[in-house]
Amino acid sequence: MGTDTGKQIRTPGQIALVRLRKHRMAIVGFWTLVVLYSLAIFAGFITPYSFDNEQRENSYTPPTRVHLVDSRGKLWPFIYSSRQEFDQFYNRIYSEDKSRAYPVEIFHRGDEYKFLGILKTDLHLFGVEEPARIYLLGADSRGRDLFSRILHGARISLSIGLIGVAISFILGMFLGGVSGYFGGKIDNLIMRSCEIVMMVPAFYLMLTLRATFPSNLSSVEVYFLIVVILSFIGWAGLARVVRGMALSLRDKEFVLAARACGVGHIKIILRHILPNLFSYIVVALTLSIPGYILGESALSLLGLGIQDPYASWGNLLSEAMAISEIHRHPWILIPGVFIFITVAAFNLLGDGLRDAFDPYKTILK
Amino acid sequence: MDNLLSVRNLRTYFHLEEGVARVIDDVSLEVGRGQTTALVGESGCGKTMLALSILNLVPGPGKVVGGQIFFQEKNLLKLSDKEFQTLRGKDIAMVFQEPMSSFNPVLTVGFQIAESLIYHRNLSKEEATEEAINLLKKVEIPEPDLRFHDYPHQLSGGMRQRAMIAMGLSCKPKLLILDEPTTALDVTIQAQVLDLVKKIKEEEKLTIVLITHDLAIVEDLAEKVAIMYAGRIVETGSIKEIFLGCRHPYTGGLLASVPDLAHPREFLKAIRGTVPEPLNKPGGCPFHPRCERRIEPCDKAFPAEIRITETHSVGCYNPVDADLRR
Repeated sequence: MGTDTGKQIRTPGQIALVRLRKHRMAIVGFWTLVVLYSLAIFAGFITPYSFDNEQRENSYTPPTRVHLVDSRGKLWPFIYSSRQEFDQFYNRIYSEDKSRAYPVEIFHRGDEYKFLGILKTDLHLFGVEEPARIYLLGADSRGRDLFSRILHGARISLSIGLIGVAISFILGMFLGGVSGYFGGKIDNLIMRSCEIVMMVPAFYLMLTLRATFPSNLSSVEVYFLIVVILSFIGWAGLARVVRGMALSLRDKEFVLAARACGVGHIKIILRHILPNLFSYIVVALTLSIPGYILGESALSLLGLGIQDPYASWGNLLSEAMAISEIHRHPWILIPGVFIFITVAAFNLLGDGLRDAFDPYKTILK
Repeated sequence: MDNLLSVRNLRTYFHLEEGVARVIDDVSLEVGRGQTTALVGESGCGKTMLALSILNLVPGPGKVVGGQIFFQEKNLLKLSDKEFQTLRGKDIAMVFQEPMSSFNPVLTVGFQIAESLIYHRNLSKEEATEEAINLLKKVEIPEPDLRFHDYPHQLSGGMRQRAMIAMGLSCKPKLLILDEPTTALDVTIQAQVLDLVKKIKEEEKLTIVLITHDLAIVEDLAEKVAIMYAGRIVETGSIKEIFLGCRHPYTGGLLASVPDLAHPREFLKAIRGTVPEPLNKPGGCPFHPRCERRIEPCDKAFPAEIRITETHSVGCYNPVDADLRR
């Protein structure tokens, strides 16, 4: 402190931010997530079709090739519509119908949707005129555009992670804080229930909890049900760590000083103890979001989560459960790639955050 | 006499697996309104525990097991937790000895001062901020409006202690307990903080309980002194009575162990032995194993209080002869 006259003294948060900026992989993770979440938020605009726009005769159309240069050497993005025939085993064989080129239009008017959930519009970033259809990442069994469905599914898959983590962290932090701060019987009660939750393997617990609810729920109900189930499993581990930290903090003099000032127990937990855990919580939060995304995917993959026609990355993958399907239409595995990228990005960012908040780490260079 | 606080036969015990630690053992103390009462004793004699007992903040397995604490004619030990919470900070405030660890490292100093203003005086955030800056100004912190937004680690030790005092003063308490306010500070800063305490005491007409082991501070600030030894108060009196005519051998020992600049060639007179462990206190007068004036009944029972004057009393079978010391 002493020598740096005139130089602004930085708070721990600012120091961590500076370190994070130097952490290249964390920045890659961060911007990947920014892109993914923007894609999800603006899914309606970016995708050419709505998530349930189906055309059954186009079942399993392979990814459409976007041509840039036509036979006369003119430069413009266009596609050909696809033509299908059957071979002797009644497998569909697709080929390009080169009789007519369909230009890829920017700001194409197509399916109606609500921009950001408020503004009703039919303007899409790109699209082609009917009867041609553009399948950037191929089509699924019902001829729905996989690209559109992945982006719409991202809304569910990515938001479940955030909401689930928010609920279970609020729960875990509060219960852990109370448990560590008060100790005694309350501590015992909360910690034993934590252990019961942690004792059962998470996946069985997830399935059991899902099974206790009726199967014919609306999609919104299912969405919230999944969030609740995942949060219910997630709070226990965090509560235990927070409890340990609160236990060591409650004997600090500043807690006594706050008590001597007449601050109540709950306010001490919320305003004096939990802010001390901030750096840990930010890291743990980032690193645990992938768990929720994977949890949702697993439930939906098994048909217990989000139901067709609504899309989530998990139920998009459920079509890829048969080896023969993957063999013939490998593009139906693409939602898995998105899951992989997201999980990796969160882990990279979380890792970077952990390094940034580590007081013992000095950055060389 | 008009007493703001009077503690009667207070006992605070820690029930441990190894036995019962009698940390505060039958302590009575009167604190006059507007007076500064110093509580003096070696480390571990229970000074801080006595303060925490008054605030009902005794930690862990400790518990107040007997006695009464009257504050403005109200028995504090009969209050509910809720009532106590509104009393703390508002009527009785305490300034802790470690200014570093007494501030939450992740919150700004200003917020921590403003906090109790918001709770106790129902001020809005803006009003509390303004009031907190005024308090920082009152404790003579330079640039209070900038310091308000500082974190504890950005302040120097002296400034932190001032800020601590500002926090104690925030709700205009009637009684302020200062727990070794200058122990962690160097001597020049000590003097500044003590001057500040004096100034504030005049301005706010505060009643202060000063906990310390530094007799120089006592002489400077206090009007009344209570000497504590191993969980008991062994002698009380006015400054004059204690410094010039103490009767308890322990008080005599304490005073004699202060370096005397007038006679630098003399050896310091330390008291032999160490403070007994609270779990393993000797019977009778706890000081008797170390006492040079030990006589027959000393190890049997704690001596009854002998009143010497209106204000001076001592608990000893064989007190030092007052004339001898003069």
